[in-house]
Amino acid sequence: MALVSAFALAVILFAVLAGPFIWRVPINEIDFAAKLQGPSWKHPLGTDDLGQDLLSRLIYGGRISIAVGFAAMVVAIFFGVLVGAIAGMSSGRVDAALMWVTDLFLSLPQLPLLLLVIYLFREPVKGVLGVEGGAFVLIVAVIGGTRWMSAARLVRAQFLSLREKEFVEAARALGASRLRQVTQHILPNALGPVIVVATIDVAAAIIAESTLSFLGLGFPSDVPTWGSVLRDAKDYLDIAPHWALFPGALIFITVLAINFIGDGLRDALDPRRVL
Amino acid sequence: MQVHRVSRQYVIRKLLIMIPSLLGISVVLFSLLALAPGDPFDELATNPAVPPEVRAALRAKFGLDDPVWMRYWHWLIALLQGDWGFSFVSRMDVSTLIMQRLPVTLIVIGASQILAIAIAIPVGVLAATRPYSLFDQVANTFAFIGFSLPTFFTGLVLILVFSIQLDWLPFVYRADIAATGWAFYWEHIKQSIMPVTVLGLFQGAALVRFVRSSVLDVIRLDYVTTARSKGIGERKVITRHVVRTALIPVVTLVALQMPIVFSGAIVTEQIFRVPGIGSLLISSMLANDTPVVMGVTFVSACLVVIFNLIADILYGWLDPRIAFR
Repeated sequence: MALVSAFALAVILFAVLAGPFIWRVPINEIDFAAKLQGPSWKHPLGTDDLGQDLLSRLIYGGRISIAVGFAAMVVAIFFGVLVGAIAGMSSGRVDAALMWVTDLFLSLPQLPLLLLVIYLFREPVKGVLGVEGGAFVLIVAVIGGTRWMSAARLVRAQFLSLREKEFVEAARALGASRLRQVTQHILPNALGPVIVVATIDVAAAIIAESTLSFLGLGFPSDVPTWGSVLRDAKDYLDIAPHWALFPGALIFITVLAINFIGDGLRDALDPRRVL
Repeated sequence: MQVHRVSRQYVIRKLLIMIPSLLGISVVLFSLLALAPGDPFDELATNPAVPPEVRAALRAKFGLDDPVWMRYWHWLIALLQGDWGFSFVSRMDVSTLIMQRLPVTLIVIGASQILAIAIAIPVGVLAATRPYSLFDQVANTFAFIGFSLPTFFTGLVLILVFSIQLDWLPFVYRADIAATGWAFYWEHIKQSIMPVTVLGLFQGAALVRFVRSSVLDVIRLDYVTTARSKGIGERKVITRHVVRTALIPVVTLVALQMPIVFSGAIVTEQIFRVPGIGSLLISSMLANDTPVVMGVTFVSACLVVIFNLIADILYGWLDPRIAFR
């Protein structure tokens, strides 16, 4: 299952990366004569209400959606590893305080919070970084900023058990500094489960971005992402179902493939076999 | 299993733990609001008809020049007194507005959770009793598909199939149904089927895996072997001995899933135009109605904390060891 998924994901990745060089129809070429058409040779995935070609819009949107997914994962894992490592190395008050904050963030409803941050900060960030860049940075930051908790708890648990292991004790006895103990000895051994969480975070971040764009609070609708194409399509379900089905299916297949890969990695990197 | 009373001390302790979390949530929300650029008096500043002295007096009156901690304190006191502000758009108190919308959301969420549990428990238990069988693998695959399908896509597909192709169910949720008696309830059930199904299937898919692994953990324990060796039928061992114990951690997981359920509810309400707090949140964001946005966010955070509290108390009731730790 994981191998099939890896293949499917590779196909999608190749399509969105190489797509613009092969399929050269511009994303915003308006052709009212060809609006709301089903799949045809000229437009393999059909057109939308302005006659724009869906295939090129979905290729472009896939680049954004997948880039957001990976970037948000990197942010989430970075903060998660940082918080988890600090909590795991320092016992006592610092640990307790950090874990309290982690639990607090875990009990916050994620989507309302995401929406709130974007709602409050959308305009100023747009002013600084431009429409598309601003939306990208903001969305990546908030999705990453609300998803670091599971990684933090995991890393802390790994650190608590690893730092008492003999090989770390040996390093400590040889006079390794705390930083060296962490970066050279403990962290590399804690990475297995973190990779699994990171994989699943990519899927969750793609869903989160699509949800935001679908609700009209993500990327502006002239920037096609899979979620915003779906949002535009939802009012034309009765006359142009293909318009909604293609982006929805792409989100679904990508997320499913990533989840299966995560599951396969979990089996391959089972901590009970490593430790 | 003997039913016992949860000690009052345990409940009180859990209630006290709730207070710092609620305070923490309010600090997070307030700091977001305070950090956000934009001043409620921006419009006055650019309006030449308002003299600067009036503007300064207004700022002083609403405490905008006070230090941050003092503003937080005033905001918190107002929040506790139920003064949640006034909606710019619908010209109503925010608390009244939220109270009007909250019951619909709670009914949709509750019904979908019941659906999720009704699917997840039998499927999860059956899958765990026959691990790695065909049924287990099929259930596992469907569970993966279930929680990889974004709710907004499932919702659209259901509308496409059942409303547009088959024309069985209405796809817009209406609060003003003219019919009375049975017809009234029937219409309500009919329009709730799709939103509840979308949310319930998504939740159920995630729960199936939890139930399965929890049952697998319990089924290996010695007391289950003892029960079997006493000659109790397999069916009775599973239902009476295994499931009752295995479901204890599932209770916590259902509560921990609440934040995700809320996210799903916002999306489903938006698709099916259910008049709940989720669609209220989105419409007030699109209309720049900040008091309502803050109110709804705080209410949903509070609901999550309350559900966690209920789960903790249930947990203490189901597993007496927890309450005495």
